[in-house]
This record gives sequence, C-alpha cells and structure tokens, in this order.
Amino acid sequence: MWQDPLFGLWFNLSNVMMLIVAAVVVFLIAFISTRNLKLKPSGMQNFMEWIMDFVKGIIKSNMDWKDGGRFHVLGITLLMFIFVSNMLGLPFNIIIEGDLWWKSPTADPTVTMTLAATIIILSHYYGIKQKGLKGYGADYLKPMPFLFPLKIIEEFANTLTLGLRLYGNIFAGEILLGLLAGLGGASIFGFSMAFLPTMAWQGFSIFIGAIQAFIFVMLTMVYISHKTSEDH
Amino acid sequence: MFFDHLVLGATGEFLNAGDILSTLVVFIVLMLLLKKFAWGPLMGVMQQREDLIVSEIEAAENSRLESQKMLDEQRSLLKEARTQAQEIVENAKKQGEVSREEIITTARAEAGRMKDAAVLEIANERDKAISAVREEVVALSLLAATKVLEKEISEEDNRQLINETIAKAGEVQ
Repeated sequence: MWQDPLFGLWFNLSNVMMLIVAAVVVFLIAFISTRNLKLKPSGMQNFMEWIMDFVKGIIKSNMDWKDGGRFHVLGITLLMFIFVSNMLGLPFNIIIEGDLWWKSPTADPTVTMTLAATIIILSHYYGIKQKGLKGYGADYLKPMPFLFPLKIIEEFANTLTLGLRLYGNIFAGEILLGLLAGLGGASIFGFSMAFLPTMAWQGFSIFIGAIQAFIFVMLTMVYISHKTSEDH
Repeated sequence: MFFDHLVLGATGEFLNAGDILSTLVVFIVLMLLLKKFAWGPLMGVMQQREDLIVSEIEAAENSRLESQKMLDEQRSLLKEARTQAQEIVENAKKQGEVSREEIITTARAEAGRMKDAAVLEIANERDKAISAVREEVVALSLLAATKVLEKEISEEDNRQLINETIAKAGEVQ
C-alpha cells in the first residue's frame, strides 16, 4: 500500500502494476497484429478480425448495430483486457515479503467492481441519452409501478454480480493454483502429486478466464441494451 | 500461511480509491490508444474490404448484364445474318430459274431461226439447181439442133435424136 502525498489516495501498487502490465500486453498484441493491414488478411490480422466479428456478434445479439456500433471498441477492449488480465495470474504468482505482487488484476475486487460500476454507469448514461430523462425514469415503473423498489435493487445487484462474478472466478482459480503450487513446492512427493492437478486446473483456468471475459462483455451489452432499447 | 494476503478486504482499513482511479485511467487510456492504433485502422480496413466486396459484386453484376446484352445482340445479329443468307440463296435460286428459262427460250429461238435459214437455203439451192439444169437442157437442145442442121437427117432420125437428147437431159437432171 502506498499513499500519494498530494490527495491522500491509497494505491495498491501491485494492482496498479498488474493493470499496466495487462494494458501493455493487450496493446502490444493489438498493435503488432494490426501492422501491415491488408485487404487480403493474413496471420494475426485474421485473429484480430475474428475478435472484432465476435464482439460484433455479441452486440448484434443484443441490439441494433446502428445503436450498438459505438460500443464496439469498448467491447473489444474489455474482452481482450479482461482475458489477458485473467491469464496473467495463471503461470505464477509472485509474493515479495508477504506482499502479493504478480497476480491477475482481475483477482482483486476493487478492479472488477470498478469495471462493473463503469459499465453500469455507462448504461445509465446512454439510457438517458437515448430515451431522455423521462423515458429513462419511466422504465423504473415498468412493467408494474409497485416493482419500483425491485428495479432499484436490480441496478445494485447487477453491478455487484457483474463485478464479483469475475472477481470470484479468477480469485478462486488463483487460490487453488496457489494451494497446488504450495503442495508442489513442499516435497518431491508433493510435486508428483500436485503436477497433474495443477496442469488440469491451469487448463481449466484458461477456459474460465476466456468464458468470464466473454460473459463480462456479453452482460455489458445486455445491460446497455436493456437501458437503451425501447421494447422492454 | 501463503494465502493470508488473499483474504477479501486485505487492503485493511483504507479505501483504496487509488486502485479505482488507476483501473479507470489504465482502462480508458488503453481503450483510446487501441482505438487510435489498432481498432481504428482495423475497422477501416474491414470497412474498406466490405466496400470493395460490394463494389466487386456490383461490377460483376454489371458485367454479367452487359455480357447478357451482348449475347442477345449477337444472337439477333446471327439470326438476321441467317435470314439474310436464306434470302440470298432464295434470290439466287429464283435468278437461276429465270436465267434458265431465258437461255432455253433463246436457244429455242436460235434453233428455229437456224432451221428456217436452212430450209430457205435448201430451197434456194434447189431453185438454183433447177435453173442450171434448164440452162443445160437449153444448151443441149441447141447442140442437138446444130447437129441436126449440120447433118441432113431424116424426120425419123430427128425425132430419135430429140428423144435421145431429152433422155440425156433427163439423165443429167
């Protein structure tokens, strides 16, 4: 923990570092694979275009492309950023003097809740922008006015579940990996016992990381379309 | 234990607003950078390709229509040429028929004319021959008369002579 002297904000430097690492990795992957763009795509360009089309498909399954096109960049960036973040903690965690330094940034609730809250706030912003304050407010009284309290709770529940789902999945994966690594490091016998489960769990974590990234983006688009579209 | 630090809320009594802020800043900066350097160009290229495909499809459609048009044109031209050829052949046939008729008529006329000419010639020749014989007969008669006058012949002899002469003339004729 480190407090900046100017505003008195507390930083978890490990989080900051891992966020920057994830961002740099994502940027490098995207930057390098979009050099030499050609009309006839090859290699990494194909992969990037596949990701774009994938996110495009997610958005299209939730709303009109006319409305949803502006969330394309957000969606792709979210997907890649969360996926890379989920992957970062898989190969190893680094603990220095009892402080955890190298881990998935998404294994921290602060980070995931920040992302989730950002998404929810964005959805409210676009909801007001799209429908006007009146239409936005009227949505809270649909389908029945007496459900209004539930609607309010829903907003907070959405935020919490969106953020904590991601956090919980990744955090749990890292704890189990940590336990297995501890077992593997304990003795030769422990290593032989832990080898296969570690491998299996790492593979499964890759799967979970990908799925969680997809779910996060999917829910992002669901929430935004829920707030912006007329027919609900 | 090695996971003490992983406990939820391990940040202790502080609200780590710094993390929240840095998460936001990192993510937004990343998004903007990627938009500028990666997604923007990539989307541009994909859009370009889409446009290219659209225009290619349009071009293909156009050329297809054009070739269809040309094919139709060619087809009608061929048809026209065929009709024309037929016409020409027909005309030639008719012309040939006419020529044949003409030639036959001419030949017939010529033959008739030649026949007439021959008949005329024959008649002429015959007349000529008859007149020649007559002259001969006259000459012989004169010869006979001279002989009669030169010799003092009897009436019997004279008659005999004349008969002889006439007979000779008949032989000559």
